[in-house]
Amino acid sequence: MTVHARVLVRPKAGILDPQGVAVERALPALGFEGVANVHVGRLIELDIEDPSQLHAMCEKLLANPLVEDYEILEAQEQRPDADG
Amino acid sequence: MKFGVIRFPGSCDEVDAVLACEHVPNASAQLLWHGDPDLHGVDAIVVPGGFSYGDYLRAGAIARFSPVMESVIAFSHAGGLVLGICNGFQVLCEAGLLPGALLPNVGRRFICRQVQLEVVHSTMPFTADTAAGELLSIPVKHTTGRYYAPPEQLDSLEAHDQILLRYASGANPNGSSNDIAGVRNAEGNVFGLMPHPEHAVDPLTGSTDGLKIFSAMAHAHG
Repeated sequence: MTVHARVLVRPKAGILDPQGVAVERALPALGFEGVANVHVGRLIELDIEDPSQLHAMCEKLLANPLVEDYEILEAQEQRPDADG
Repeated sequence: MKFGVIRFPGSCDEVDAVLACEHVPNASAQLLWHGDPDLHGVDAIVVPGGFSYGDYLRAGAIARFSPVMESVIAFSHAGGLVLGICNGFQVLCEAGLLPGALLPNVGRRFICRQVQLEVVHSTMPFTADTAAGELLSIPVKHTTGRYYAPPEQLDSLEAHDQILLRYASGANPNGSSNDIAGVRNAEGNVFGLMPHPEHAVDPLTGSTDGLKIFSAMAHAHG
């Protein structure tokens, strides 16, 4: 039995996020006004047999805790025969 | 004196690094494949620039766990000299051998140009062939070169003379904290920098200032 998990990794608050700044500046050019505090992170999806390993996995590889925060978004049981 | 230069899948400056090492009198260099944990008896390690493992996830994050890096970590803990250049600097930070992290440039763009670096400390084993305050002309070429460390760690780096190179006044190309271009570890045997000294060893390319880093390592080895 595996569990489907999502890990959200984002730049730590207070550390300049140039990608977020670029997106924030691009939106008004397309007519989307009133947008602030845009940050760009990454979503990591995985199927895992032992979800208790997720935190260690984040600390060691998926995120760099010095500069990134991570959040384990959800963990749903998945049918053993599920694919994709 | 034998240098070992790591080659990861995606490295691109390892051949220039070997040539730079070979510019040092009485020094030789050999490539070390990432999948081989044997360091083949080299006296010092260079972790070169490039895009190890495609820079997937974060620059240096996956290379840090390669078989050769486990040996490099043990080598450094035993006092061996390790130089990380650009992607190599990122790998050493990810491996915890150097403090801090490299983040995307403030301007978001890839930067490739000659920069002026100021020698902060002239000290064994990496900058002893330069003078404090000397300006070095060495190129940078990176997208993820903004050195970051939390404020209290920056204070500690300053207090313990771990910042060996800064971008010269007004020449910080990427938004690095405290204009930091190169830092060493607390023990002093591991040094990482974003600029590429291996591309500044021949008058043909305009500067030989980079050679001073490699020659200092050879002198330290004796």
